[in-house]
Amino acid sequence: MRRALTLIALALVCAPAAAADPPSPGVTHVKVPAGTPPVAWGAQLFGANCVTCHGPNGQGILTPVRGVGDQTGLGPSLVGVGARAADFYLRTGYMPLDDPHSQPRRSRVLFSQRELAALVAYVASLGPGPRVPSPQPERGSLADGQESFTEHCAGCHQIAAEGGYVTNAVAPSLDQASPVEIAEAVRTGPYLMPRFSEKQISNAELDSVIRYVTYAKHPDDRGGWALGHLGPVPEGLVTWFIGIVLLVATCAVIGRRFHA
Amino acid sequence: MIAFVVLVLGRFRRRPRLDSKARIVPPGVPDRRAENIVLLLFVCATLCAAAVIVVYAWDAIPNQTQFLGLALGLSFAFLSAACIVIGRRLVVTEELEEDYGTTHPEEEETLDQLAAEGGDRFTRKRLLVVAGAGAGTVLGAALLTPVASLGPVLDVSSLYRTPWRRGVRLVDEAGRVFLADDVEEDTFYTAYPEHADREQMGAPLVVVRFKPAELRLPEDRGTWAPDGIVAYSKICTHAGCAIALYRKPTFAPVEPKPALICPCHYSTFDATNGGEVLFGPAGRPLPQLPLAIDGSGELRAAGNFSGAVGPSWWGVRNHGPRS
Repeated sequence: MRRALTLIALALVCAPAAAADPPSPGVTHVKVPAGTPPVAWGAQLFGANCVTCHGPNGQGILTPVRGVGDQTGLGPSLVGVGARAADFYLRTGYMPLDDPHSQPRRSRVLFSQRELAALVAYVASLGPGPRVPSPQPERGSLADGQESFTEHCAGCHQIAAEGGYVTNAVAPSLDQASPVEIAEAVRTGPYLMPRFSEKQISNAELDSVIRYVTYAKHPDDRGGWALGHLGPVPEGLVTWFIGIVLLVATCAVIGRRFHA
Repeated sequence: MIAFVVLVLGRFRRRPRLDSKARIVPPGVPDRRAENIVLLLFVCATLCAAAVIVVYAWDAIPNQTQFLGLALGLSFAFLSAACIVIGRRLVVTEELEEDYGTTHPEEEETLDQLAAEGGDRFTRKRLLVVAGAGAGTVLGAALLTPVASLGPVLDVSSLYRTPWRRGVRLVDEAGRVFLADDVEEDTFYTAYPEHADREQMGAPLVVVRFKPAELRLPEDRGTWAPDGIVAYSKICTHAGCAIALYRKPTFAPVEPKPALICPCHYSTFDATNGGEVLFGPAGRPLPQLPLAIDGSGELRAAGNFSGAVGPSWWGVRNHGPRS
């Protein structure tokens, strides 16, 4: 019995690591001899996985090209986007993208951590560009963060960072976004999101925003019943249902049938 | 005043009903206490309904919305409580089974008699009717009060007025003047007129920058976007919400084109093409403000909006906006 329990516990501990680590078959993995510099390995990974859409040397493909396996290649240039954008798109699973016409969504990362680092290093080597930011949300202020978030972000992502819609696209929920990813997204402006420079949101302000988003993942729900933080419409609907039951109950109490 | 009217009208005595026929409903015992409760409830309903009007009219009250809801809800609650007391304590009830399709004058008379005798317990019927009518009237007036906020009734000229005119500088939320060089592509800014009331409908702007080649403005607006910087009214032409969303493509060939979007009903305006409606319920393009860059690189208005600002009203297309 005890051995069985130990085995189950071991399986539980190992399962997330097993799911995250060994690279799975959606992407092509390239074996390189030990000691290969990351940029060189990244170049090979890029050639195997990204070149159909981003073109040789990451110069982009602006008119659709039929590529390997009947895939249509179409994609922006990566020259000068830097490690910041590459790290964001790869670490969130936005890239690689099945169809260049669809919106990139958060999905399972198919590269290993070392492969990610190699790819990021390669994209960064394509041209001078911004580095991966290192935000310090613990220095930020929660109250200031909520204010900035309301002003700049809540229009699309909603005040509870649950995500929302813009015409023709989805503004993703931020409940899985790490502090570094949030900082990268604010400065890069992935997909249809505007890009916010340091003049608009200073680094200190960004720390506060990240602190607020981290808080909003598990907010302090004073009412006790969050209803998914979806806002006033579901809240109103629930109130309506409770209200209608109360009204019917009141009618039954004051009516005669109850006493007959 | 209402209480006075109620009292005066209540002083007239009811004429005694002539009883010629035999009773159907057993005579009820008058219940003064229940009547007093009903009167009190009607008065409370009236007061709460009056409170709705007062709260609505008086802007300085904190948590105005909550008090409005409370007063309105209480008014309805008192009214229904009064009805419940009348039904349970004052109206004499008698259940009779009746077949369909037999209409005889005698039976109709019996029914009338039933209805009349059912009210036997009321000693001050007129007073109660007046109190109930008073509560209903004031509550109705309370529900109609918001009509006062619908805007100017006949003279709409004030709706065309905006604080913008040639030379007014653009400032940000903190009052800092916008420099053309500070305005970057792929993002959006909110701007206000310098030294003007920001609460006016015509005040707030949304400012976006494009590469001049990306702009496809109407021909007569050739000079309106210096260095590719365009400014539109931030107030949606559909229902007057603030345009709080901006979408910008990262890779233009496969992504939706840049647009300003209103979060209320998703009216979508083409930011490169004079604010034309791409999607949604808005019926008019977003009014564009002509811009100019002065000698020191500051952004200034070069005139007034291309059209009337805010949600539409009658004849909205008849006049241009005025400063």
